[in-house]
This record gives sequence, structure tokens and C-alpha cells, in this order.
Amino acid sequence: MGRSRDLPIPALEKSMRTAVPEFPEARLQELADRYAAAVAAKRRRVWLGSAVLIVAALAAGWMGDVDLWKFAENFWRFPAYFASIAPTFSFSSAWNDLSEWLWGLPRWTLLLGDTLLIAYMGTLSGAICGFVLCFLASANLVRSRTIVFVTRRLLEFCRTVPDIVFALIFVLAFGLGPLPGVLAIAIHTTGALGKQFAEVVENIDNKPIEGVAASGGSWIQIVRFGAVPQVLSNFVSYALLRFEINVRGAAVMGFVGAGGIGQDLIESVRKFYYSDVSAILLLIIVTVMLIDFITERVRHRLLGLEGAGA
Amino acid sequence: MKSFSSDAQAAIVERYPAVFRSGWWSRAKITIGLSAAVALFLFGIAQLDIPFHRLSDGMARLGGFLRLMLPPDPGSWAEALKYLNALGETVSIAFLGTLGGALLALPVALLAARNVVANRIVHFFSRRSLDTIRGVDILIWALIWVGVVGLGPFAGILAVICSDFGTFGKLFSEAIEAADKNPAEGVRSAGGNHLHGVRFGLLPQVFPILLSQVLYYFESNTRSATIIGIVGAGGIGLQLAEQIRVLEWQKVSFLILLILIAVSAIDWISGKLRFAIIGQRAVA
Repeated sequence: MGRSRDLPIPALEKSMRTAVPEFPEARLQELADRYAAAVAAKRRRVWLGSAVLIVAALAAGWMGDVDLWKFAENFWRFPAYFASIAPTFSFSSAWNDLSEWLWGLPRWTLLLGDTLLIAYMGTLSGAICGFVLCFLASANLVRSRTIVFVTRRLLEFCRTVPDIVFALIFVLAFGLGPLPGVLAIAIHTTGALGKQFAEVVENIDNKPIEGVAASGGSWIQIVRFGAVPQVLSNFVSYALLRFEINVRGAAVMGFVGAGGIGQDLIESVRKFYYSDVSAILLLIIVTVMLIDFITERVRHRLLGLEGAGA
Repeated sequence: MKSFSSDAQAAIVERYPAVFRSGWWSRAKITIGLSAAVALFLFGIAQLDIPFHRLSDGMARLGGFLRLMLPPDPGSWAEALKYLNALGETVSIAFLGTLGGALLALPVALLAARNVVANRIVHFFSRRSLDTIRGVDILIWALIWVGVVGLGPFAGILAVICSDFGTFGKLFSEAIEAADKNPAEGVRSAGGNHLHGVRFGLLPQVFPILLSQVLYYFESNTRSATIIGIVGAGGIGLQLAEQIRVLEWQKVSFLILLILIAVSAIDWISGKLRFAIIGQRAVA
């Protein structure tokens, strides 16, 4: 670059002409046309996609009663709601205000503990069921197509029906309280973890399985010594992730009477106990973040261990 | 196994001590962990006062419900049409909610990605606010929006938007941070400014990934959109909760069947689209 700046203009042009090979005009035109066609095709695809998206959005808006006018008219209620649930603090009596705001702290802490226990018990029982079922749903371990198909459909059913729908039905069968919540979370977890576990199992190395089979192991032994050691750390990591999700789920189980802090939350929302709403929401958010933080740490350690062992 | 002579076995055991004799400490850790898990479970049973005597009764009643559910039957054609309409509402809620959440989350995700905005404070606050939004369950959002725009599917759409905003913000910013930084550097070395680098170097890389994440969540949002009707935010959940409360079990099973069919149809479609967009790459 430095040298070419010193050259007089005609000399520079000459040097460039030698550096850049020139295409014949026809070839150049062809290339330019191809490029223009490719860009135009891409642009057409984008336009077509956007048009389909917009039509679908309009149809969905019509179906879903979207009323932007009503939205604009009432939007102020959204920030206003948060303003009204915000606790009142004055500088002189901040401590008193705080204790008044969190008046129910002992009760709410207990309920949050219950919520965590519901999530824990549901996750553990669901993980055990999912662990048992996932091997039956993996095509590389089970020869029979029927068993694999039936187990997969069962897991899909458990996963697709939301846990709160199970809770609604179980509340009628078992009565109010944490029991239907635990069962609902356990069933949903069975479906979700069973599917994820089965995907892990289908991706394992087949050699250990063949080795155990070749030395005469039974199906249980094949699973125990051939498959389980390969997948255990992944399973625990998925189960911890599911526990995180279930804590959120357990917090709203109380909406349908299935125990935990949700009962108090929906009551205070329905009865307009504004400061209670914000206190309970804050407690739930803090708990969820804490659990997220802890499980993330544990999961990173688990995955790190696996990496070190391999 | 039997044909192994015992001294050959002993030789193998001696050669691979790590396989056959794990240290007492690692065994103790497993035992302690398992017994802690069991103890916590038992503590939970005691603390939550799980009534075991109700378990057998409840199972019997549940079996009765199941018998009453078969065969699924909407009652009449008019009812069936009403339920199909509700299903359409649910799919609309999921679609518009996912779309709106994704559109709102994109700019915030750019702010929360370390390789776009290098400012630590912006990064910290955008991350924490996304975490806060994610900590609130979709049912709670629905409850709040029902108070703002009234009962109906519109409240459901807004609730899905809010809850997806947090999720997408996190997923998008992680995808953006994982992107290759060479193209952006190339754009900048050719004389583009930082924004050019983001637009031409970064976004073309991450856009297919983001799109496939959105499609993946469309399916999972259809599931969550089925439940927000329980608090009055429209869709098929409203009908479902109602029919469960009045013990119309045949209608309940019909509705559950509808949900299963709709979710697997959307799962199939979004799977096809995702495959067309990014090929057989797993979605994180």
C-alpha cells in the first residue's frame, strides 16, 4: 500500500490491471446475472415468509380476540397494578413498614418450604419412574418394536397433558392438599424425563452393551453394567434441570388447591391484598433464583467431573 | 463367567484396581447422597402430612373417573364446534405470544450479550431483569393480565408474551455470545462500524439458531397455552377446567384428546420447519 501511493496515477492503474485478472465481458455479465438471481431468490423467499407470517398473525389475532384499542385504553392498568402492589415505605419508619409488608413471613416461609418439598418429591418419584421406563423406550436396548412404541406413547401422554390438569383431576380424587400436587408433578416429570433419558440412552456407545451381552449377561445386567454407567451423570443433570422447572410449577399448584404457596398467592390476588401479592411474588422469585443458582452450580460440577473422568 | 479360572480373575483384578476396588470414600459419598435423598423424601412425607389412607381410596376413585372417561365424547356437534373454536384460540395464543415474545426479546438479548454491548452494568441489569421475569410462572402473568385487559384470550396472549420474553431473552443472548466473532471483525476491518459488525457479521450467523429456538418454543407454548384458561385467560383450558369441575368426564377426555392431537401436529410441523432451517442440529 505504502509503495503504490507514491506511484503516479497511470502507473497505479497499470499495476492494478496486472494484479486483478479481468474477465471477458460476457462471462462477467453471466456471473453478475447469477448473483442477482440468487439474491432475488433469497429476497423472494424472505418476502414470502414474511407475508405468510403476517397473514398467520392476522388470522391468529382475529381468532384470539386481539383488541389493540382496548389494549391501548387499558394499558395504564399494567404499570398501575405494579404501583399498587408495591409496598409503601417512608424513610422515618422504614423498619416498621418492612415488618408490616412481610407480616406473614413465618407462614410464607413454611409454605415455600412445602412448595420446595412438593417439587422435590415429585421430581424424585418422577425421575425414578422415568429411569425405569426410559430403557424400555430405547430402540437400541429393546428388540420388540411394540414395547418401544407403547412406552413412548405413554411417556408422550404424561408429558403433553400439563401438570396442572393432572392436579385438577387428582384434587377431585385425593382431596385438597399437597398429595395431588406431588402426584401431578411426578407424572409430568416421568413423561418429560423419560423422553430425555431415552434420547440419552439411544446415543450411547454400543460396545459396552455388546460386551456384556457377549459374556452372557441378562437384560438387567446389560442395562446395569452396559448402559447405566455411561448415562448416569447426564441423567442427574437433566433431573436437576427438571427440579428447577418443577419448583416454578409447584408454586402455582396451589391455584387449583394442590398445596404450596400458590393458594395464598391466588387468594391475595383475588381479594386485592395488594402488599401481600408483592411480598409473595418477591419470595417466589427469590426462591426460584436461589434454586436456579444452586442447581446450575451442581450441574456444572457434574459435567466437569464427567469431562475430567473421560 | 464360570469358565474363568479364579487366578486369572485375580490377575485381572490386580491389573485394573481402579475398576474393581473403588475407594471407600467414593462409595461412602454415594451412600451418604442416597440416604440424604431418601431422608429428605421421608421428611417431606412427614412435613406435608401425606395421607396414605387416602391413597387407596383416591386410586379407586381415579379408576372410576377413567372408566367414565371412555369413550371420549363431546356431547353434541355444537359442543364439539365450541371446543374446536377454543382450540383455535389456544393455538392463536401460543402463536402470537411466541411471535411477540421473540420480537420483544431480540433487542434486549442484544443488550444482554457480552459481545454486543461490552458495558458490564447494562449486561448485569438486563440479565437480572430477564431472570426476574422468568421467575414468574405463566399462570401468574395470566392472572395479572386478566386484571388489566379482562377475561379472554387476549390476556393469555399477553401472558405468553411476558413469560417468553424472559426465556427468549436468555436463550437468544446465550446464542449470540456463542457466535463466531471472526465475521464481525472482518466487517469492522473492512471499515464498518460496530453496528455494521452486529448487523452483517453477527445476526446472519445467529438468525437461523434463534428461529429454530422460536419454533421449538411454539410447541411448548401450545402446551402452556392450554392451561392459562384455568385462571380465565381464554383457550381450551377454560373449557377443560369447567368440565372437570362439573365432572363431565367424557367431555374432559375429548378435550384432552384434542390437546394431544394439536400438540403433536404442531410438534411435527415445527420439527419439519426446524429441520429445513438448520438441518439436523440439536436445539440447545
